[in-house]
Amino acid sequence: MTLTTGIPTLVRGRKGAYLPFIAGGALVVLMAVLPLLNISLPGILPGATYTPGTLALLSLCMVFAALALSYNLLLGTAGMLSFGHALYFGAGAYGLGIALKYLGVPLWPGIFIALLGGLAIALVTGAVAMRVSGIPFAMVTLAFAQAGSVLVRRNQQVTGGEEGMRLPVAQVPEWLVGVVNTRNLYWFTLVVVVLVYLIVLWVDRSRLGHLAEAARENELRVRVLGLRPYVAKLIVFLVAAGCASLAGIAYMLLQSGTQPSAVGADLTITVLVMVVLGGVGFRWGAIVGGVLYTLLDQRLTVLARSEWISDLPDVLRIPLSEPLFLLGVLFILVVMFLPGGIAGTIDGAVRRRRGERTRAQLARLDDAEQAAPEQVEVRA
Amino acid sequence: MSSLVLILLTGIGLGALYFLVASGLSLIYGLMHVLNFAHGAFLTLSAFVGWQVAQALGTGSWGSFLASILVGAVVGAVFATVTELVLIRPLYERHIEQVLVTVGLSFAAVALFEGIWGTDAINISGPVWLRGTTEVLGAKIPNTYWVLMVAAAIVLAALVLFLRKTRYGMIIRAGVENRAMVTALGIDVRRSFTLVFAIGGAAAGIGGVLAMHYSTFVSAHLGSTLLIFAFIVTVIGGLGSLAGAAIASVLVAVLQQFANFYLDGTGDFIVVALLAVVLLVRPRGLLGRAA
Repeated sequence: MTLTTGIPTLVRGRKGAYLPFIAGGALVVLMAVLPLLNISLPGILPGATYTPGTLALLSLCMVFAALALSYNLLLGTAGMLSFGHALYFGAGAYGLGIALKYLGVPLWPGIFIALLGGLAIALVTGAVAMRVSGIPFAMVTLAFAQAGSVLVRRNQQVTGGEEGMRLPVAQVPEWLVGVVNTRNLYWFTLVVVVLVYLIVLWVDRSRLGHLAEAARENELRVRVLGLRPYVAKLIVFLVAAGCASLAGIAYMLLQSGTQPSAVGADLTITVLVMVVLGGVGFRWGAIVGGVLYTLLDQRLTVLARSEWISDLPDVLRIPLSEPLFLLGVLFILVVMFLPGGIAGTIDGAVRRRRGERTRAQLARLDDAEQAAPEQVEVRA
Repeated sequence: MSSLVLILLTGIGLGALYFLVASGLSLIYGLMHVLNFAHGAFLTLSAFVGWQVAQALGTGSWGSFLASILVGAVVGAVFATVTELVLIRPLYERHIEQVLVTVGLSFAAVALFEGIWGTDAINISGPVWLRGTTEVLGAKIPNTYWVLMVAAAIVLAALVLFLRKTRYGMIIRAGVENRAMVTALGIDVRRSFTLVFAIGGAAAGIGGVLAMHYSTFVSAHLGSTLLIFAFIVTVIGGLGSLAGAAIASVLVAVLQQFANFYLDGTGDFIVVALLAVVLLVRPRGLLGRAA
């Protein structure tokens, strides 16, 4: 395993030690005032930053950034390759819809119920799936997500089946409904993504996070030390699932509805692509990956419909008009030639300039250590 | 009685289809520890190409049916071989990255298939006999199930013969058992990696063409649905065990059909529940070796 996490440890007194914190704070402030400004980024955003279309796209970016952050906690910190993470995103989205529609509760208790529902599902599925680890764990989580997807598609009277579920707007406060209030929804998603970031940061810094990380590197050693990696990993799994549910709730409010694809394996794979693209183990990488993927998906879809592509011969036209094909190829290229993703590559470059060891070198040291007992095993 | 026979035989037929997909997955995992997400893409491409071949030769005849199966097997094998050589081999021993690459491939391939053959499912037709039924003990069994059973039996027999009787089969079995030792004895295991991918791809290709006749349509998502069941089958059977995959595929499919018939279409859940039970009781699967 060559996954490594980065915790930007605060080295007091070093030049630029506070820079990440200042930059992060400044970014949040900038994002918060964006709806009040008139900035145009032609080619990237569909319009000026105060227009509802642009705000909706940016909000979607933030929803996926939050989801990618939660997945990064799972894959980057705890080293668990799950293919069922979308289940908890979908549980948040559908849970909110069901709570509002069938229990008739107002929005805030509804969010609480959806969150609890997502956590309950995560507790049951996670506890069973963690009976195995590594690749079998990936397969089992995939099977659970598939069961969730089938459940949603089958029970048409509850979830709306293939057509998806509309958000019952009657119980939602007026300031969060409609195109006019996209700005408020935008701020709501910003709060969600900041909240998820803080939760993830807190877990990464806590003893729990360190234990999960240690278990990722060498589970046997952790158990020999008398610690219980299973519980730590399960709690990290639950936190990640809770954050995903929160992202799902924001998605439901933002889109004022959800489709069964929000539960399926395809969404998990999309999140995996985001996280790997951004750089596994880097929180800011997950955010960059989530935002970049969403923007690329949106812009490539626009590009696919453009005239100069429809004039091309079939051999070029068909691949270029499929955004997911291009993103899939980009993903393969990143995995093969840019193993750290965007964040890992930049981080490596910065560390080399400072004369520190890069994470890849550190990982290689770990591998060398791990190789030793394996050889013993062969001889025996 | 007749419904019991019907469920049992259709279950075995469906299990045969699962086995065609799962056998390759299980072999690949057993030897290389690669979870091959692109297996569904091999299957789908074979189905599409097989469909094109059958269209060109006239869909009604048995000759074109057999030709489409053959072409499907070849296409699956070639696609799988190229995948192994170009994508898997450069990432030797990096299991997570290998999984990610196959995920990316299946992601890109499904989108490309949608671009080429459209997003809608295409209805297909085959020899008239396939649409009919055969009566066994009062149960009318659709004829596609017989074809599936025969195909899976042939593939299973061929695989067992290959693994038991040939030199390469022996290397593969030894590699599953202890790869480090095989390498230490001076045998290039990597050549058998490519071989295992080709075999798995061919089995998936046959499965793809037959799955298309089984569901009477072909779409870009044909493979992804089957792949999930194949994953479940390989986990229940024990990763890396061919016999385990064979037993588990029949077990899973028969159980699924029973639940679909008697428990109001809950087959898919029963399968996932079975998976959970197997994991709780015996995490290494029915015939898997202890980790």
